[in-house]
Amino acid sequence: MTVVDPPEQSAGARAAARRERIAGWRVGVLASPAAPVYGALIGVFVLAWVIVTIDGGNFLTVSNIVNMLQRSVALGIVSAGQTVVILLGSLDLSVAQLISLSSLLAASTMDGSMANFLPAVLVVLALGVGVGLVNGLVITKLQVNAFIATLGTALIIQGIIQYRWTGPQGGIPNQFSNDLGYTRFGIIPMSIFLLAAVVVVVWFLLTKTRFGYKVYAVGGSEDVSKLSGVRTHRTIITAHVVCSLTAVITGLFLAARLRAGTPTVGTDGGYDLESIAAVVLGGTALMGGRGGVIGTIGGVFLLAVLDNTFNQLEFNSFLRDVVRGLIIIAAVAVYARRQEKKA
Amino acid sequence: MSTESATSGFGVGTDSRGRRFLSSLLSTGTIFLLLIVLWVWIAIINPTFLEPGPFLAYLKRSAPLVILAAGAYFVLVSGNFDLSVGSLVTVMVVVAAKLIDGEPSNTWPVIALLVVIGAAVGFFNGFVSTILRVPSFITTLGMLLVLNGAVFLWTGGAPTGALAENFRSIGRGGIEGVPWIEQLPWSVLLMFAVGAASVWLMRSDFGRQLIATGDNERAARLSGVRVDRVRIWAFVLSGVLAAFAGVLLGGFGGISAQAGLGLEFDAITACVLGGVVLGGGRGSVVAAMGGALTLEALFTWMNLQGISGALEDTIQGVIIIAAVGFASYRLRGAR
Amino acid sequence: MAEKKLLLQMQGIKKSFVGVEVLHGVDLDLYAGEVHAIVGENGAGKSTLMKTLAGVHPPTEGKILIEGKEVQFAHPAQAQAAGVGIVYQEFNLLPDRNVAENVFVGREPLKRGLVDRRKMERDTAALLEEVGETGFTPRTPVRWLSVAQQQVVEIIKARSLNARILVLDEPTAALAEHEVELLFRLVRRLQELGVGILYISHRLREVFQLSDRITVIKDGGVVKTLKTSECDQRTLVSLMVGRDLDAYFPERGRPEDLGDVRLETRNLNTALLRDVSIKVRAGEIVGLAGLQGSGRTELARAIFGADPIDSGEVLIDGKPVKFRHPRQAVKAGIGFITEDRKAEGLALAQSIADNMMLAVRTVMPARKRRAAGVMSNKELAEVTELKARGPEQEVRFLSGGNQQKVVLSKWLKTKPQILIFDEPTRGIDVGAKAGIHDLIRKLARDGVAVLMISSELPELIGMADRILVMHEGKLAGELPAGASEPEIMELATGAHEEVAA
Repeated sequence: MTVVDPPEQSAGARAAARRERIAGWRVGVLASPAAPVYGALIGVFVLAWVIVTIDGGNFLTVSNIVNMLQRSVALGIVSAGQTVVILLGSLDLSVAQLISLSSLLAASTMDGSMANFLPAVLVVLALGVGVGLVNGLVITKLQVNAFIATLGTALIIQGIIQYRWTGPQGGIPNQFSNDLGYTRFGIIPMSIFLLAAVVVVVWFLLTKTRFGYKVYAVGGSEDVSKLSGVRTHRTIITAHVVCSLTAVITGLFLAARLRAGTPTVGTDGGYDLESIAAVVLGGTALMGGRGGVIGTIGGVFLLAVLDNTFNQLEFNSFLRDVVRGLIIIAAVAVYARRQEKKA
Repeated sequence: MSTESATSGFGVGTDSRGRRFLSSLLSTGTIFLLLIVLWVWIAIINPTFLEPGPFLAYLKRSAPLVILAAGAYFVLVSGNFDLSVGSLVTVMVVVAAKLIDGEPSNTWPVIALLVVIGAAVGFFNGFVSTILRVPSFITTLGMLLVLNGAVFLWTGGAPTGALAENFRSIGRGGIEGVPWIEQLPWSVLLMFAVGAASVWLMRSDFGRQLIATGDNERAARLSGVRVDRVRIWAFVLSGVLAAFAGVLLGGFGGISAQAGLGLEFDAITACVLGGVVLGGGRGSVVAAMGGALTLEALFTWMNLQGISGALEDTIQGVIIIAAVGFASYRLRGAR
Repeated sequence: MAEKKLLLQMQGIKKSFVGVEVLHGVDLDLYAGEVHAIVGENGAGKSTLMKTLAGVHPPTEGKILIEGKEVQFAHPAQAQAAGVGIVYQEFNLLPDRNVAENVFVGREPLKRGLVDRRKMERDTAALLEEVGETGFTPRTPVRWLSVAQQQVVEIIKARSLNARILVLDEPTAALAEHEVELLFRLVRRLQELGVGILYISHRLREVFQLSDRITVIKDGGVVKTLKTSECDQRTLVSLMVGRDLDAYFPERGRPEDLGDVRLETRNLNTALLRDVSIKVRAGEIVGLAGLQGSGRTELARAIFGADPIDSGEVLIDGKPVKFRHPRQAVKAGIGFITEDRKAEGLALAQSIADNMMLAVRTVMPARKRRAAGVMSNKELAEVTELKARGPEQEVRFLSGGNQQKVVLSKWLKTKPQILIFDEPTRGIDVGAKAGIHDLIRKLARDGVAVLMISSELPELIGMADRILVMHEGKLAGELPAGASEPEIMELATGAHEEVAA
């Protein structure tokens, strides 16, 4: 995409534009915040391929790659939402519990019948909007720090879950489960399309709408945004609603995969802290204002490649956790210098 | 605003000493007010609560969290987060079980090792968060994952071994034969000792430099404070106190892979309840520990009210939000 | 030339803050296509005046008319809507966004509900074209831009809001020589477009190169408005300063009271400083004068170990030192009372006692303090004439003067041999000022070597035994005690370098 050159533009300006077009890919791609994670992804991917192949496994097979993609869906969807919130300079620690509650509500509303599919989806979306509103309002109107506000929400939801459910909740109709959880178009699972759809929507919101621009502005500096007339509170609340919506969609998806709603699916997967890790790995600054969902997906894929490699090498799950933790720290340590805001 | 009169030096103004004391009491003391209200309320529902036995049982239960709250306080007040304490406590319990393996003579060397582990983890957290400039949120988050994995890697999947009786007695037992209260639990003694030490520490040069760093890092540095160094020490303290809490919890609750689950959030909640500001520079360690006692009292109260264990979390969530909302409201009003 | 349109009239503008009047009835007007310079020393009231125009704080009395119509601004957005644009010294930009995104933040053009990025970039390109900027494009991330270029972004941002009156507040303070030339061209372009420009600066060379008229502001009032062609630098300087020194200052030191050279720098070079060499003796108060951005604070920070040194030496008591952290400087006996006490001098949520103890705590453990006879908080409160309820009171509740006294006490506790003051009485009422002045002189008499940075010329002239003047990172010259304000200003503004027109 190039800037349109008005014919009367001076020679100097035209030269500058030309220079920038030529360097465009360099400017646009390499300097983008997502670049390092994709570089790391490629590096890790190659490394993994080599190591797994030496070990005697199959890495670069279609089924393995599809497997890795499949495993990225749940984390990918919720991380997309978390990206929006972190870009704003906020964060959401309630997503794990929300995922669990969403899966439970979906199962109990569908109650075994596909006829209840639409009501179930509506219930779950309403839940997302509601929780997102609560988070946003507590942060803006009650002026409570996002860490505490979403932690509080997480606890509130946790209590509700434990009160009402002690075990898995049946009621997911087989058809729904198969459709969303297990269908494939050729070799590509349906779930990938769900992930792609969510990512595209979030990407679209962030890069094409005024809301997205406001997210970046408020994340960059709330004061500058206010001075320029941005309604910061509205933006914060909307962002939290978006994040909660992705969380409930994740819950819906997981219910399909597991063929039931479960009270612990969110916390078992560590979706709260893992989604934050994926976002930060993807190059989005924890302070906000810079980054994007494309980078986050790179972070999610990176974690999926690591997981897959560990599986293939038969690393026990504990070693996996250790290496994962160290990689997150190391990656951010490398980025931390890039993310230093000009004082 | 200060009142100005003709004289100078301290003591200018119409406030008597008594009034000044009262107003400082009100600011850090709010949590203790809440605590006493809760205690009274519980006693009304269940009069035996204030008897030595049950009350000490309550203190025994609270001791680990009180100690963790002190550790969380040091890190929070200097402007950082430590999300790894929960996993660290689990590590303590599991490592103790495996190494002691039921043999009492191992107990004390192992406890010494636990303290070293706590200090080492704390040092790593501190170093990476200051010198390497990784946000402490991420460092300790990564450490949480590492610890969760590392300990079970080592034990091969599930906690193995057993704690010795003398180890368990730290968390469960105490000085026997004390008049009127019968048993003075070790955990309560340790809690008070940690409390006293923490208060002393915060009054010392180190503590004042720590809180100044959280309040205004630039001013602290330009006054000569070695900002990175004090922050690292805060993390080391957090790690060591996690070791203490682990010893108590191991004895009290037994070995479990979930021993420390969620404790970091409880510790931070306790601090926030006690008036510590996330971001640093404000709050007292006594109030943070008071916050921990209050949280435990709250759980006791909820139990007595017949609120099922489940809704405990919900109420905790509401209270946290309310407490911080109230605190930020007062902060804005005071300006 | 055709009759120019009268864009702006400010009549009888008065402004008070908390009962203190800082602007005493200022009259100012501006024509379309005119560059009207506003000059005056630091603290004369220039910024305050511009902020009343920009809607940051409304005037207490007086009228503002834009194109003949009276206006009242309660909020900066209203001023923007009326066509007043202001470019501050601290930019309001988002570093992680590009130029176009910054220019249109909050009001991105829409096409069918979505942000029309192409239009945004086209419009931004047009704005850049309009001012003749070719060094960057709408897609350049602001973080990549130099200070000068960021300033251009601020200017076109104001233009995009249809500013017909543009206020530039010290626009060249942070610019290099060649960048200043670019700014000048930009200003000329704007003039051609009919924009009226209020140009606040005390860089007189530029004022003479650019402006059509000059208004001199002193102590909150207009001294004179004249046509640029009808005056010269000397006249201007004498209008800007030259007041009677009727404020009381303590008696200066005598030459025989001076001791050895305590603090010395030799050919100090840092990012901003160029070969700065100074000497300060025990018992001496050396004043350091200069305009904003001339390097005074940078010199202090370099000496104190707060900023790295590129080359050159710092010597304490004749011995070279290399401070990598302020603590080393504190240990060596240097105290630094910084310019901005709230941002750099105090931990506002802490008590007076804690703030007073902060520096001495970092270098001396409690036992040693008692042995060394460090002054107690109570003693310091009395010596500095601090007025507060008690040592436990939180510093943020104190008045500015008292806060400064706490900062002073903090450094006095360390029994420094060298004290650097950066704007010691800024924002402090007259009564407290005198107290601090007396204290500084007493310290000097007790043998401390004092380096005093100040933008208040009377204070500098009244207090200093010698005055060093800095200009653009270099030492412009040295003046003896009791030098006149014009002499100082000439060195500070670089008039001495001026080639006769």
